[in-house]
Formats: sequence, structure tokens, C-alpha cells
Amino acid sequence: MIETAVNSRNTLLRLEDMTKAFPGVVANDKVSLSIKSGEIHALLGENGAGKSTLVKMIYGVLKPDAGQLYWTEQPATVGNPAAARRLGIAMVFQHFSLFDSMSVLENVALGMEKGIDHVQLEQKIVEISNRYGLPLDPSRHVYTLSVGERQRIEIIRCLLQDPKLLIMDEPTSVLTPQEVSKLFATLHRLADEGVSILYISHKLDEIKALCESATILRGGKVVDSVSVVNETPSSLAAKMMGEELQLSEKASHTEVGDVRLELNGLTHIARDPFDISLKNICLKVYSGEIVGIAGVAGNGQDELLKAINGEDLCSPADSVKLDGKACADQGPNQRRALGMASIPEERLGHGAVPGMSLLDNSLLTAFQRLEFLEHGFIRYDRCQAFCKSVIDNFNVKSNGMGAQAASLSGGNLQKFIVGREINQKPTVLVVSQPTWGVDAGAAQTIHDGLRDLAANGAAILVISQDLDELMSISDRVAAICAGVLSESFPMEAISIEQIGLMMAGVDPSSELKDQVSGRLLNQLAGQSEESPGNPP
Amino acid sequence: MGEVLIAAVLTIITAATPLVYASIGEMISEKAGVLNLGVEGMMLMGAVCGFAAVNATDSSAIGIIVGMLAGSGLSLIFAVLVLGFQATQVATGLALTIFGIGISSLIGQDLVGIAYDGLPKLPIPGLSAIPVAGKLLFNHDILVYGSFVLILVVSWFLRSTRSGLILRAVGDSHDAAHAIGYHVIRIRYMAILFGGAMSGLAGAYLSLSYSPLWIENMSAGRGWIALALVVFATWRPWRVFTGAYLFGGITILQLHAQALGIGVPAQVMSMLPYVATIIVLVLISQDHNKIKLNAPACIGKPFHPTS
Repeated sequence: MIETAVNSRNTLLRLEDMTKAFPGVVANDKVSLSIKSGEIHALLGENGAGKSTLVKMIYGVLKPDAGQLYWTEQPATVGNPAAARRLGIAMVFQHFSLFDSMSVLENVALGMEKGIDHVQLEQKIVEISNRYGLPLDPSRHVYTLSVGERQRIEIIRCLLQDPKLLIMDEPTSVLTPQEVSKLFATLHRLADEGVSILYISHKLDEIKALCESATILRGGKVVDSVSVVNETPSSLAAKMMGEELQLSEKASHTEVGDVRLELNGLTHIARDPFDISLKNICLKVYSGEIVGIAGVAGNGQDELLKAINGEDLCSPADSVKLDGKACADQGPNQRRALGMASIPEERLGHGAVPGMSLLDNSLLTAFQRLEFLEHGFIRYDRCQAFCKSVIDNFNVKSNGMGAQAASLSGGNLQKFIVGREINQKPTVLVVSQPTWGVDAGAAQTIHDGLRDLAANGAAILVISQDLDELMSISDRVAAICAGVLSESFPMEAISIEQIGLMMAGVDPSSELKDQVSGRLLNQLAGQSEESPGNPP
Repeated sequence: MGEVLIAAVLTIITAATPLVYASIGEMISEKAGVLNLGVEGMMLMGAVCGFAAVNATDSSAIGIIVGMLAGSGLSLIFAVLVLGFQATQVATGLALTIFGIGISSLIGQDLVGIAYDGLPKLPIPGLSAIPVAGKLLFNHDILVYGSFVLILVVSWFLRSTRSGLILRAVGDSHDAAHAIGYHVIRIRYMAILFGGAMSGLAGAYLSLSYSPLWIENMSAGRGWIALALVVFATWRPWRVFTGAYLFGGITILQLHAQALGIGVPAQVMSMLPYVATIIVLVLISQDHNKIKLNAPACIGKPFHPTS
């Protein structure tokens, strides 16, 4: 089914001087790289370095402005994804190309080149999923599946086409550590069978564990092509970022004050079949601390944020308390008046109105706390001063206060939104995915802002899927799984594997006493040691 | 009495048939993610052009075909605007209805008052001789039979064919469909044109069989009813069909009731079909999960292929 043991390591794919420009930016500037058969090749770079643009050109989603693609050393043109698939190129997308309201079987069928009998296809899915350890029930609907399971659909869809090259765009950003080690085992197995893998990531330890060689992009240009064995994570980081990044010290504000945010049996039943119900969530966040909530996407993070910031009302009223005041039955404006601020995950459309200026966007959440309204009229002078301070403090690159929110780059808009909330000096801040899709420099600005706010006595709840982020800024961490929040643990008392277990809904404190789950942990740890071994 | 009942059922069928065509066409368009509010306008175009063609050529076949083409011709304008120029679907659809009302009146100026015998009945040999059932089911014109075939074909198409799967995929997530490599725009063009053709057919049925004559604005809001049926029937073909017959049935029954002189104001009776259809369809669509699963998630959203 898949070409076995390719001994002669031929060059499978070679790119020569691929160039693609978008209005105002050259996303790829004469990018060249080559991948051999059976090689796991990393494409490494910061957000915005041009990785996605490059693979979209390989997969035929975008047309290059210039440059040539060679497939098994023959010049080839990939006009569209179907042409790519005919060559043997398959791709697992970062944002999955799945259809929520359809079954696994239908989703796989849609990715197939030709129509195929559904009974036959179902057998093939079961066969492939058994062979590669990707358990999946073909009759389930996608919206009922976890993100890890959704990714399996995409991988199986690719494998059914006998690919020669599998492109994976940041596949681990949504997985638990245990799921990551399973994925790596699958990828190694595929590489052993002769499939080449182009692995896109900015996570250096993963690349070190998985890949043989790496092409490093910065600002749309190839900085270096290296053999991973000869590199260390820090040498890769230096090449990726161009400059050694000053990692800020974790502030040591261990003295915590009063309870500022209290969730007391918070329960919210989802009305929408695509949403998660929150079940009996209890958590106290104290003045001066940052509490992190880990979890795989789609486990109730959005719902939790909405229940805390007042977009969703819950009962009884005292299931959410801000500074001791019961407010679960009050809307966002009342809660903001009590000192709460929140930053949702979705920047455009939820955190900011895309078509409005930065000035108007700052008015929208700050008008109450900073008294921008007087006798029903807007005091634009105050609003402008505030907006200017946000732009200056957080180094937001834009065409001034009048710039449309949608015109800012993702990182700059995120800095603006975070800054807008922080500069209101809230006593409780709830933030979801504070640095999602943001480059390292902007992430640091945001993290510094959060730390300063906590140091000044605010209670901060950070909901994030990025474990590295949570490890670096939180004082305590808990995990959410299927709408249930785990107990929280001080950061220094917990390992990344234990957080992984919590994300999967297993209680890590019990395993210390309990032999059975202790063995489970060992198994998982053993798996992660053996599978991503260094390539030969 | 039996004769009266049969006559009533026959008129129910004629009242429901245009709704079946228009709403099934709109359902296909919406399943592909396009909300076309121009059904009323496309029906009127189909009605006037079909009638004009029959008047000119004396061929009912040509009338039917011209009606379909007129409906899809108008929908092509809509398709170019919303797919080619990314115009807002809601506003464009409304404009299409207004445009259709105006242009059909213009075209039909000289056709008002001309009589036509109606489409010929095509009794199915043998079957039409069966007492009662024969008259009810097997003695209709081509468009009534066509509506039965249409509902069977469309529900089979959506449920069991690969093309149907692709159509639903495009309406469910156009970005994902594009990423996999389907031609979202092309598929939506076809869906819109099909919807237009069916609306045109619905209009042609009105002017060639139901009335049969041309009067300005003769669709009298049926296009809007068809739109509502699709939503209330949660985008499922057999529910659309049921809804169309329910609406047609109550329309006819309340007319008969009015004729019998029931002491209820005529205005209240005229409201009945609307009220009853809404109540029944709301009752059968209680299950939110089912709605979520059948509703095309991308409906009304413009698609930018470059992103």
C-alpha cells in the first residue's frame, strides 16, 4: 500500500527560489529546500515567517509568483490541491479542513479523489486506523470528537491516498503531551515505510525529537538548512529568531492576598450541541497571582470564559463571585463595573470589532470603568488619551488611533486588546489564549503586562492550550477536560506529564498513592521516551 | 360527497405543487450555503415568460422550458453579484425579488386577459382507471408528476450521492471544502442556477396550470412561503414536501370553509395556512441537535477564495 523501505534516498521534492508576495509584504523570498524520500524534514520559523505560505504553494492552494517545484527531479506545476494529491502530496491542516455536522466516514470520503463505496471505505478506515494506532469510529459525527480525534481523521484521510509526502502544519499545538508522543510514533513508522514528512513547527524540542533535517525561515527567507543532530534547541532558536531573546524572569510575587475571583460550583448547561457544558467548577483566584488553565481546545474553555465574564448567565448567583460579590446572574457590564476585565480567544469579532477604529474599540470596553460617558455624551478627549496610552505602552504598530482593528496584524491587535484591558487596571482579569498566533516579541510584551498587573494586586486567570506559556507565567495550574475543571496545583509541584494527565481528565494526585494509575503514568512516560528517539 | 372530497384533494395538490418546486430549489441553493431571497421574483419571471412562450408557440413543452430558463436566467444575475462580486446575499436577493416583480409586469403587459386551456392532463394508462386513487394520483399534468419525481431524486441526491455530499460540504464549511480542493464558487453557481430553474418552474406551473393565465404579481407571496418552508423544515426534503402540502391543504380547506359560510371573519380564515404551517413546523423542529446537523453552517456568508 505504501512504498516499503526506500533504500536509495532519492530527492523527492525540491523547491527552487519560490517567491510569493502579498500586498505590502513578501511572504516568501526565493525559498529553496529539498526533501529526500523517507525523511522527516522540519520547516522552522516564527509566526509570520512564511511557513504556511510555502506549504500552501506546495499543496497548490496558492500560486507562486516565481520559482520552480521539482517532484522526483522533474519540473512540476501544482495548480490545485487535486493535482498535489495526484502527485502524492497530502496535507494535514493547522485549522482542520473538516465538516462538523458530518460523520467521520463522510469527511474521509470528501477528501478522496474519486467516489468510493462507503462500505468499502469504512473497512479501509478501520484497517488504516488499526495499522497506525489511530483509533476512530467512522460513524461518529465530527462535532462530538476531541481535537486529537479530529486530527486523526485528517491523517487517515491523507494515508488513504498512499502519499509520498505528508505535510503537517503545526500538528501538536492542539494535543496533550501523551497524544503528541503517539503522533510521533505514527510519523516515525510512516517515515520508516518511505513516506517523507514536511513538519512545520516553532517548537524546538519537538523538532529535535522528531526531525532529521530542518530548513529555517525568517522574514520569508531561508536563514539556514541544517542537520538537526548537529544543533541544540538554543542554536535553532537563535537562527529562528535572529537574536537571543531575553527570557524574562518569572516574578516572585508569592505573597497572595484576598480571594478576588471565586467560582463556586459553577455549572452551565450548553444549549448548542457544539458547545460544552460546564460541570460544578470550583476555583479561587487570589489577589496577586496568575492561575493557568490548561486543556485541549474544545473542552469548555470558551464556555468558561463566557460564564466568568458574563456573556453567559448562570445560577445560583453566588457560583461566580468577584471580590466577594455574587454576580453569576449579571451581564458583562455589571461585572466590569465590579472590576472584571476579559480577553476572549477570538480577536476579530469577539475581542474587537473588525470594522471599527482602535479608538472606538477602546471605548467599547473601557467606557464604564474609565468614565468616558458624561450625561450620555462621549468624552472623546478622555478616550483618546486612553487609546494613545495603550498604543504607546504596548508598542502597537498601527496607523494611529483611527486605524481599523481589522487592518492590524494579529500580533499587534492582540497587544492592543490585552493592553486595553490591562490599562483599565481591573482587579480580576480573565484571558484566553493571550499569545495565540503572536510572535515571540509580542508574546513577551503581553506576558510582562500580565505579570505587572498581577504584581499590582489583580487576580489573573489565563486559559491557554500552550503548556510552555502556562509553565512560564502561572503560579498555579489546573486543567479543564470535557467541562470539568481539575484541582489546581502550584506550578513548581507539578510536571508537564502530570498536567498532560489532567488535560486528559485523569487526576494526577491520586496516582501518587494509587499503584494502577502510577503504572499508567510510567507507561505514558515510557512511550514518550521510546517513540521520538533520535533518527539514525 | 366522495366526488367533492376528491375535488378538494386535487385542488390541494395543485396548490402545493408550486411550493414544492420553489422550496426544493431554494433548499438546494441553501444547502450549498447561498441564501437567495429572490424566489418570489424568479417565480414571477418563470410565470410570465412561460406564459408568453406558450402564447407565442402554442407548445406547452416550450412554455415549461422557457419558464425554467427565465428563472435560472434571473438567478444567474444573482449568482454573478453574490459569487463574482461578493455582494451581500440578503440585499441582493431582496433586490432580485423587486426587480422580478417589475420586469415581469413589464413583459406581461400585453398578456393580461389572454386565456389558456392549461397544461394537458396525462392520465397514466391503466393506473388512472383505479377508483379514487386513480383520479387522485394518476391523472395530472406533467408538472405535478415532475414534482413527485423531483422530491424523490433530490432526497436521494443529498443522501446517497457523492455530488450531494460535496454540495452539503460546501454549505457546511466553504473554507474546508476549498482547502480540500473543491470548486466552491462553481458548485454554488450550479446550486443557484438549479434553485432559479425550480423557482421558474414553480412560476410556470402557476401561469400554465394553476390559474392558468397571467396576472401581475400572481405568485402572491408564495415565494416567501417557500423560503420559510425551507427553514422551518430544517433543510430536509421530505419535511419541505410535507410542509408544502400542509400549507396547500389548509389554504384550500379554508377557502371551502369560507364558501360554506362559516361565521369566522374571512381575514382570520386566510391567516390559517400561515399560522398552521408555522405551528406544525415549529413543533416538529423541537430538536436543536437535528437542526444544527442539517442547517448549512455557511449560509449567507461570502466566500473569499484567496484567504
